[in-house]
Amino acid sequence: MKHVDEFRDKALCQGLVARVASLVPQVQRKLGRAATAPIKIMEVCGGHTHAIFKYGLEGMLPETLELVHGPGCPVCVLPVGRVDDAISVAEQPGVIFATFGDALRVPGSERSLLQCKARGADIRVVYSPTDALALALAEPARQVVFFGLGFETTAPATALVVLDAHARGVPNFSVLSNHVTIMPTLQALLAAPELALDGFIGPGHVSMVIGTEPYEPVARDHHKPLVVAGFEPADVLQATVMVLEQLAAGKARVANQYQRVVRAAGNPRAQAVLAEVFEPRETFEWRGLGWIPRSGLRLRPAYAAYDAERRFAVANLSLPDHQACQCGEVLKGAIKPWQCKVFGTACTPDTPIGACMVSSEGSCAAYYNYGRLSTVRRLKERREVTP
Amino acid sequence: MCLGVPGRIVAIEDEQRKLGVIECAGVRRIVSLHMVAEPDQALADLVGTWALIHVGFAMSTIDEDEAHRTLALLAELGEMAEMAEMAEMGAEARGEPGGGAT
Ligand code: SF4
Repeated sequence: MKHVDEFRDKALCQGLVARVASLVPQVQRKLGRAATAPIKIMEVCGGHTHAIFKYGLEGMLPETLELVHGPGCPVCVLPVGRVDDAISVAEQPGVIFATFGDALRVPGSERSLLQCKARGADIRVVYSPTDALALALAEPARQVVFFGLGFETTAPATALVVLDAHARGVPNFSVLSNHVTIMPTLQALLAAPELALDGFIGPGHVSMVIGTEPYEPVARDHHKPLVVAGFEPADVLQATVMVLEQLAAGKARVANQYQRVVRAAGNPRAQAVLAEVFEPRETFEWRGLGWIPRSGLRLRPAYAAYDAERRFAVANLSLPDHQACQCGEVLKGAIKPWQCKVFGTACTPDTPIGACMVSSEGSCAAYYNYGRLSTVRRLKERREVTP
Repeated sequence: MCLGVPGRIVAIEDEQRKLGVIECAGVRRIVSLHMVAEPDQALADLVGTWALIHVGFAMSTIDEDEAHRTLALLAELGEMAEMAEMAEMGAEARGEPGGGAT
């Protein structure tokens, strides 16, 4: 496939891996680190985590470079309370609950949407919010609720569908918004003292909407390089090289590896529909990360008629995670998935305890599905010797 | 979730609602072009353009020149690394201490 296969070229990737290997010791020297102390780069977006595992990049890179998997998977950060809220709406008589497939197996306090469907709730998997609106038009006697999930990549699509519903006067369509924004979350991560990161690989598809300018504080105030990257293996590797080159030169800038898709100013039309329909909530809960100010989006009062939270008097529950769940530490990059006590035993993609095991972009699921055991074992040993 | 796939816009389906047909790995699908349509541009001008498709919406056009530039740069980086490796192997063969990658 064009614009994909070229960026999966093996020789290209091998060249980049060699470049990474030669840069890491330079960076270690520049930062005054011991030769065994790893350079830590966080890939913020779950799409990158997925690519890193799918193409086995972690196994190709030197052990002195650690990729820390960040919280940029909207499904993984969905808190228990919001899942229960969704279930309470889905179980109301007459409701058709439309959701992306990723969200089905996220555990709530008692059950997931999938289990709720098995008990008789009318839950439909849709590929696009447009499909949810089409359902509402086809079933005028039912209430169709779309489970709005995702970062700025996805929120404009939901916003445009709300505008469409409004223009056509569709009375039986609403959105349960769990849309979130990336910068407040990054800021919260950067403010956490226990987090020791040297640089960031920035989310490619969020950035095609918001542009690269919003990341400036990462470089300016926190002095960390951030390189926005595409999702093919050569993209991720090149972005890694670009972060390392900055570190080796003692620089911290926002740069863009994904020039073919991401413009510095982002997509103004997408930003406009987003701002028209949504406004930031005062605060929003993230699984594992807690409450982050202004990180969630809700519908503006002008579109209250399409807000499922108002239509169904949603409780906005805040509930604790499962006792054994260590997703919070995984999402912060404080522990690796396999260091969670229930990883691969009680918690597997078929029986997830935490949300990181649900989505294909969650780091636990990525390790479980793609992490070659030998790699995990090697990493594990290394970790245990050098804490 | 944030997954996007590149597709080529092959036809306009509904000018007024800004719907287009994209072809992606041989499959055709109707998507919204709203976010990539310039306000003062005819939608038909987009036919032939590549776009990044996310949940049924074209979210950004793909700049082919930039794609080529990135690839060229990548190839160059790869060659550089290869040359550095060869130089090192040569140095080793001559019994000199290796440079760079330790
Ligand atoms: S293994 Fe399961 S419970 Fe543990 S961090 Fe991963 S998803 Fe959460």
